[in-house]
Amino acid sequence: MTERFQYDNRIVKNFLFVTILWGVVGMLVGLTVALQMVIPGFNVAEYFTFGRLRPLHTNAVIFAFVGNGIFAGVYYSLQRLLKTRMFSDVLGRIHFWGWQSIIVLAAITLPLGMSTGKEYAELEWPIDILIALIWVVFGINMIGTILKRRERHLYVAIWFYIATWVTVAMLHIVNSIELPISLTKSYSWYAGVQDALVQWWYGHNAVAFFLTTPYLGLMYYFLPKAANRPVYSYKLSIIHFWALIFIYIWAGPHHLLYTALPDWAQSLGTVFSIMLIAPSWGGMLNGLLTLRGAWDRVREDPVLKFFVVAVTCYGMATLEGPLLSLKSLNAIAHFTDWIIAHVHIGGLGWNGFMTFGMVYWLVPRLFGTKLYSVKLANAHFWLGTLGIIFYAIPLYFAGFFQSLMWKQFTPDGYLVYKNFLDTVLEIKYAYWLRALGGAIYIIGVFIMVYNVVKTVKSGKLIANEDAEAPALEKVAVVNEGGHWHRWIERRPIQMLVLSLVLVGIGGILEIIPTFLVKSNIPTIAQVHPYTPLELQGRDIYIREGCYTCHSQMIRPFRSETVRYGEYAKAGEFVYDHPFQWGSKRTGPDLLREGGKNPDSWHYYHMFEPSGPSPGSLMPPYPHLYENVLDTSTTRAKINAMITLGVPYDKEPYGPDYASRANADLVAQQERIVKSLKNDKIDAVADREIIALIAYLQRIGTDIKAKPAEAKPTAQR
Amino acid sequence: MLKFIKHHVDTISGIGIYPLLSFVVFFLFFLAVLWWVFTVRRSHIEHMAALPITPDRTTPDNHPLR
Repeated sequence: MTERFQYDNRIVKNFLFVTILWGVVGMLVGLTVALQMVIPGFNVAEYFTFGRLRPLHTNAVIFAFVGNGIFAGVYYSLQRLLKTRMFSDVLGRIHFWGWQSIIVLAAITLPLGMSTGKEYAELEWPIDILIALIWVVFGINMIGTILKRRERHLYVAIWFYIATWVTVAMLHIVNSIELPISLTKSYSWYAGVQDALVQWWYGHNAVAFFLTTPYLGLMYYFLPKAANRPVYSYKLSIIHFWALIFIYIWAGPHHLLYTALPDWAQSLGTVFSIMLIAPSWGGMLNGLLTLRGAWDRVREDPVLKFFVVAVTCYGMATLEGPLLSLKSLNAIAHFTDWIIAHVHIGGLGWNGFMTFGMVYWLVPRLFGTKLYSVKLANAHFWLGTLGIIFYAIPLYFAGFFQSLMWKQFTPDGYLVYKNFLDTVLEIKYAYWLRALGGAIYIIGVFIMVYNVVKTVKSGKLIANEDAEAPALEKVAVVNEGGHWHRWIERRPIQMLVLSLVLVGIGGILEIIPTFLVKSNIPTIAQVHPYTPLELQGRDIYIREGCYTCHSQMIRPFRSETVRYGEYAKAGEFVYDHPFQWGSKRTGPDLLREGGKNPDSWHYYHMFEPSGPSPGSLMPPYPHLYENVLDTSTTRAKINAMITLGVPYDKEPYGPDYASRANADLVAQQERIVKSLKNDKIDAVADREIIALIAYLQRIGTDIKAKPAEAKPTAQR
Repeated sequence: MLKFIKHHVDTISGIGIYPLLSFVVFFLFFLAVLWWVFTVRRSHIEHMAALPITPDRTTPDNHPLR
């Protein structure tokens, strides 16, 4: 019996419009941080320094631009693939407005410095909870739609959507377990190596299951749709799906090669990363071969042009990624701009171009009209492509050559580039070109905005699109050849559970070792908890996003130990909630910064970095000299640390150290002020800069002390 | 909370077998998927592949793109 119903296009239109809006915002913030890297003067006021805007850029493009792009594509394709309206209009609206409020909260809190200090997971705990709730709303709406479908079989795109939903939920919840001390501040439940492993299990799979699998689902829907021919091999797409979701989840440790992470975990990450080439390229080829016999249309249709370059970029990025997880190549590329180039091939090319193709395909259909200008869309395509090239190629050069400069020795065995800054200045030209590439890319996006506005004006939204399809009838159980898939096809919910279990396996495999990792970390007797002032200073370090440019992870290479000092040991980080290893060195590593320079150097340097370091790209931090350190939080912070297992409740601290911590804090402030006084600086003890200096002078000093000299921190 | 989980996980004897078991489970499942993919009826695959491009009976008669 044929049933009549209507597709909900309004929700698709809403998500599509905010995709464009947040895309513009996120990319403009990206251009701003790119300019800040060549002109430190672009760091205006404390709220808009690089360290605070960079998390805003990454969060905006990942969760606002791509996130809304996912929802737009899913809400459109799911209804049509299942021949039914979405499960609930109300849930759709809650999902939409909930997600937008999360984005607005992020745009407010990140510049204010409210950050957990974990990359791509910087949002503080109340927002984390909101994300989880809204994600559940999305899940209910999606699964509800699947349950009331009129098409018996679930097309492969839907599998990608389901895997995305299940896995992102798991990743987000596990990585966001944190202990709040106030509404705007929390500490990661994990410490040091464990925190690093969980974070990069999350971080890598944010790429895998937020930027990749949902977009592959969109590719499997929109590419055949735009080409008007079925996918090259549906069989391949099934293998692609299962292999990809299972292997991806293991690959996280490749972000931590040569770090203090145990060796076995690093090797695991490498092996699975290499294996990823197979399903990734299977998927890419499946996408491109879908166009077999239709390549002439690519010449005329901007939608197909965008899709072809997007899928090609996916292929390039997913070959490069596994290669970068080979230790020998990683030793060169890690911490450099090479990685920035790599992720932007994925971000600008794969996600950006897939989204643009989808926008050009959807907008005329949603508004019952034709695209205003194919010429402008073509112009956008070429500007975008040019932008990607100008963005990526200079950064590949910069990353490669800077890494070689870091590692270059004179015949006598000294570093050629003793001063880190010299290597930065050598590649400054690339930073200019990158900003130019980004600007070209954004001009293309503005052209798209104009084109979309004109297209929308020429049509009228078909808010509810009439449709009809036969109702799904119950199928009598008949043994047809005995294929077990016949059983499963009739039971999608069992299939959902099965996919959840399978996605979970990789997670469990990495999670169980993170719990066991304790036995892999030799404890170091000299390592003591931070003093209260250092702890406060560390929170300023996190607030200012110092980890976006400075690592705290010296790899066991001669070039690094000569430059920075003793390589990092796993046991050094046991009190670090969260870990601050960083992933990029725009400035030098800071793990052995403690005691390297006098307090006065830091005092001058933080006020105007280009004073002590002429040519420095680092932003100045004058507000640290005005802001009074908030010591009302010390007690809560110490108590939180005790809950997390930091031994402030043991000797030599004695009972109820939290209530006495501020006395120690004041005493240490006075010592630093005195040391500054010796260098003819009149500093005010209660300012934030003093706490930051205390922390900077502490980093990595524990293992420098001989065991006999090591004093418990409370008495320092 | 995590301390307790950690403690219990730590003390499960032979916990190393769990990752191995889950890997084997997946691998067998993957072989089953492969087997299914290579033996499934062609008509079924064709039906599935055509799902996104089935001429939209659903496109309304008054739709300009029809």
